[in-house]
Amino acid sequence: MRRHPTIDRRRYYDGVRTIPYDLVKELAIALGAVLVIVVALSAVLSSPDVPSATIRSWATADPLDFVTTAANELAGQSTVAQYGPPYNDQSGSVQGLGPIVPQQWLGVHVTVDPPNDFVLQPLSQATVGDDQLATALTSYRAASSDQQQKWLSAYIDALGNASISAGQVVTAPGSYGPVPVLMDRMLRLGRSGGLDALLLTSDHFYQTDYSKALLFMDDGGYLSGLATDQKLTGSQWGMMNETGRYPGQAWLWLYTFWYQIPPYSTASNADLLVVLTMAVLSLALLLVPFIPGLRDLPRWVPIHRLMWRSHYQEMRRRQAAGSSGSPAATPSQVPSARRA
Amino acid sequence: MSEPSPSMAAEVPRDPREASADTSAPAIHTVTARETGWTAAIRDRLEHRLPLRELLPTRQPSYVGSWVYVFGVVTIAALVWVVLSGTVLALMGSAWWHISSLGRFFNSLHFWSVQMFFIFMVLHLWGMYWGAGWRDGRAKTWMVGVVIFLVSIVTAFTGYLVQQNFDSQWIAVNAKDAINSTGLGGFFNVLNFGQMYGLHVMLFPIGVTLLVVLHIVQVRGRGVVRPIGDPYRPEPRSGETEA
Repeated sequence: MRRHPTIDRRRYYDGVRTIPYDLVKELAIALGAVLVIVVALSAVLSSPDVPSATIRSWATADPLDFVTTAANELAGQSTVAQYGPPYNDQSGSVQGLGPIVPQQWLGVHVTVDPPNDFVLQPLSQATVGDDQLATALTSYRAASSDQQQKWLSAYIDALGNASISAGQVVTAPGSYGPVPVLMDRMLRLGRSGGLDALLLTSDHFYQTDYSKALLFMDDGGYLSGLATDQKLTGSQWGMMNETGRYPGQAWLWLYTFWYQIPPYSTASNADLLVVLTMAVLSLALLLVPFIPGLRDLPRWVPIHRLMWRSHYQEMRRRQAAGSSGSPAATPSQVPSARRA
Repeated sequence: MSEPSPSMAAEVPRDPREASADTSAPAIHTVTARETGWTAAIRDRLEHRLPLRELLPTRQPSYVGSWVYVFGVVTIAALVWVVLSGTVLALMGSAWWHISSLGRFFNSLHFWSVQMFFIFMVLHLWGMYWGAGWRDGRAKTWMVGVVIFLVSIVTAFTGYLVQQNFDSQWIAVNAKDAINSTGLGGFFNVLNFGQMYGLHVMLFPIGVTLLVVLHIVQVRGRGVVRPIGDPYRPEPRSGETEA
């Protein structure tokens, strides 16, 4: 690589006419102008703020989806239960590219055990004064793993034909063991808002980690339904959109773009492919000064003639006037993109 | 300290007028003729590379009057308003803007100044690309600019994650899969509000601001690149080499 020699500024600007220029004044004017624009937009358009979804609103709006999700969590069949790192040691959502599997390499760091974290633990904390729930929990825990799965499998199948009556999920009679009681209490807990809090509890008083609550909600269909209404899903260019009619993260357009076209749109490892693609493109942008072709494009496409039109006109005038003594005025130094 | 040290003995008056003053009195405003040490080395290097007259010049090449240079300064202006409005939001707490009309207004200022910041920054980036702003030894300036662009995207992303509304919930559950696929999900957990909030209001803004300061110093240190096709060809002076 050719290293550029140290350049003396005075020599560098030989032949260039200078003008008085107040940088600080320019910045002050820019600050004022941008403030006017921003205040006007804020006053007229405000900013988006669609209230957050809660487990309470989910359990109230769509009890069947809520109960189905809870039952799948308890059975260990939900998306997050099968996810893999960083939540658990499964492999359902692990992405790799050939032998490159960084998700596996870096392992589990945010441990999530859906049957216990999302269902059994919250229910255990809600047994006070509820003997029927305490008995159901004891019965469930005493049963073998096979028995638990039989109850849950039958119950989840029955939910496919369940109905809602007076806000309750009604299934056909079957051999579900204590599962209907557990799910009934989960629904009550969800509707009361208690589950929103219980999924945040930890050994510490203070809590700011919403991982479990969000992962539980993400396993249901409620959150994605709201997102579809707001045109925020992946197939709707969701990552760069914002709720309502506000501009979102438009700067993510290229990142979002890849998800819309094959092979990314159909690949099981689409996320990793997109991230790697963007990493390569970002590196290319960083190294533009050193990449032949990319660094030459500005000389080939004469957009610079628009940018510096006045300067080029001035140099032509000086050349036409035949002024001498200045490097900019010699015929061999006529401004031309090709000579750059 | 009964006797002057050897280095003090080598001190010379800063002001020639001091030389004519009473030489029996110890000089107060003096500098050493040849100072050594890390501090002196850094100071001398800064004075050589970044003289104030170059950092804050009062004259510029006439072509700097082009509209393309406006985008850089308005990007800085937008960043100033992003930081100031964000500072107010941080001072009042993460939930303030949801329950206060004044808070909502400041959130709007933050929201729109971020939009302006990115619009101006992208226009500045395109302007510098089509002007090949990396020429004549300015590759590092370009690279720092690109890093600012990339870090700003991550900073804005964490901002969207800590809005505490539906948008942040949905962005979090969607983005987690991409982050997790890289193996970094356990260390950069987009579902962890506390972690994202700390990054957004502290580390990333400091990072962006420092990078922008570095970028400005780079631009001012070397001056604005000459237009494409201008006749200047830097030639090595004696002692300068081209690798």
